Amino acid sequence: MTQQPNPALAMSSKARSRIADRTFWAICLIAGIAVLAILGLILGSLISQSMPAFREAGLDMFTNTRWVPNDPDADGPAGPIYGLLAFAYGTVVVSIIALIFAVPVSLGIALFLTELAPRRVRGTVVTFIDLLASVPSVVFGLWGVLVVAPALVPVYQWLHGTLGGIPVLGRLFGEAASGRNFMTAGIILALMIVPIITSISREVFDTVPDSDKQAAWALGATRWEMIKGSVLPHSFGGVVGAIMLGLGRAMGETILVALVMGSAVQITPNLFAGGYALPGAIVNLFGESSGTFTAVLMVMGVVLFVMTVLINLLARVIVRRAEVRMKGATA
Amino acid sequence: MTSVTSISTLIPGNASAMPTSSARTVMQLTDVSVFYGAYEAVRGTTMPIREHQITAMIGPSGCGKSTVLRSLNRMNDLINGARIQGTITFHDQDLYAPNVDPIQVRRRIGMVFQKPNPFPKSIYENVAYGLRINGIKDNLDGRVEKALRDAALWDEVKGKLNTSGLALSGGQQQRLCIARAIAVQPEVILMDEPCSALDPIATGKIEDLMHELSRTFTIVIVTHNMQQAARVSHYTAFFTAEVDDKQVRHGRLVEFNDTGRIFTNPNDKRTEDYITGRFG
Repeated sequence: MTQQPNPALAMSSKARSRIADRTFWAICLIAGIAVLAILGLILGSLISQSMPAFREAGLDMFTNTRWVPNDPDADGPAGPIYGLLAFAYGTVVVSIIALIFAVPVSLGIALFLTELAPRRVRGTVVTFIDLLASVPSVVFGLWGVLVVAPALVPVYQWLHGTLGGIPVLGRLFGEAASGRNFMTAGIILALMIVPIITSISREVFDTVPDSDKQAAWALGATRWEMIKGSVLPHSFGGVVGAIMLGLGRAMGETILVALVMGSAVQITPNLFAGGYALPGAIVNLFGESSGTFTAVLMVMGVVLFVMTVLINLLARVIVRRAEVRMKGATA
Repeated sequence: MTSVTSISTLIPGNASAMPTSSARTVMQLTDVSVFYGAYEAVRGTTMPIREHQITAMIGPSGCGKSTVLRSLNRMNDLINGARIQGTITFHDQDLYAPNVDPIQVRRRIGMVFQKPNPFPKSIYENVAYGLRINGIKDNLDGRVEKALRDAALWDEVKGKLNTSGLALSGGQQQRLCIARAIAVQPEVILMDEPCSALDPIATGKIEDLMHELSRTFTIVIVTHNMQQAARVSHYTAFFTAEVDDKQVRHGRLVEFNDTGRIFTNPNDKRTEDYITGRFG
């Protein structure tokens, strides 16, 4: 005969598990609220710190392309001009260039790893990509400015000579005064974001069900047709997410871009010209700023923040629409 | 008394499943063994696949029936280390000859899987996919419609061809997969337990469809459901799992015959035990 469990004990153990349950629930809730609170605090203090700039420079900051924060020779305008457009332009251009180079390369590597590479090769390549991801961005920046930028100057000159004459396109490939320009910064930035886009895409491609691939194989698909028919439609959302993470890093990257792109505040279609991006400007100018100038740097932070949020929202809309189209309303 | 004949009473009137004795042999398996690495999963299979007939493969789990099925259109090539011994011919041509391109094989010998697996694309694009990769561009709309009609799905989807194939019910998805497979006009369609994920009504529709399709196509179906084999097929191959002297489990073809014969008067005791439920 087995002993009956003590009913009191049974009840107390149940009560204990309930306490554990509630504690767990509370911890999760706090963690969840903390995320929102931190985000709110950052945005709130950014905005409050930038208020002086809004009072003095006003919305002119978002429309003016000129940047004259101080005027030592006193031969310029009467007061400082805080036009931020050139910095936003620099951030956008360098990020677009980075994506143009990084996305095809990353997706190529990820597809190679998931669909083509033998298991052993796969492990080795993944290790190297992870190593690439762990290189500090300042090292990328130094390498870019000391090695890559000078090496690319002849290439830029050749491109300018070959393509410079074409009416509209030619304006993108203008004179290359030095290797420190939008293009070089974009290329080095691309190298930096390739690992993150690759490793996320790889995981996404890995989740494509075997049954979907077999469906394509059974119709007589070649490998590329199988990838186009099964793997890519299935992983569209995840790949967009991977690209967005890469873009987020590219837009926020500070030291690399500041080193490689130089500090020319200008809006020019010439990709071989120097530029200035928002994060680089913040870090370079913060030390010598005060008063309204500091507040203007805060506005740069707000602009960067808003740009990333808008891009993420846009990506969500794109993914949502694609999923509805491909997987039905339930997706 | 559980006689063999009592099982046959469970079979709905299946006069249409009488084999056509004059049917040509489209595929011939001769002493086919399938290996995964060093492991010989199925041994010495010899059987014909006859034109415009439905051939069922039945047997317990692990008897190698799916393995044999997948060797018929070289889907096993996709598994690392898989290879076959013996010969499989298609119109008297060796399917595994070095100059044969498995991609071309699969374009002529299509397949429908256990779990409905439409692509995450629209209904139209699901059917058009096979046509596109085969380079067929003319009259795409007409071909898609014909395939959907032949798969008995057209009336249910004609108004929503641009919605996702994944939004359909399980049975509709499986018929979409059949439409996708027949759109490219293969000669043979392999079906790997096509109804095991479906309810009885959807299953009934697919079985009716198979009868229709066998006028145009040759069908090979793997099924766990013996009544299904008895209802739809003209020929039945019974496989079983055996353990050899070295304690290696492997699949083996026990008996191939007219379906009526297999279910009423099998030659082999093991077949009889299995179909009367005495297998164990």
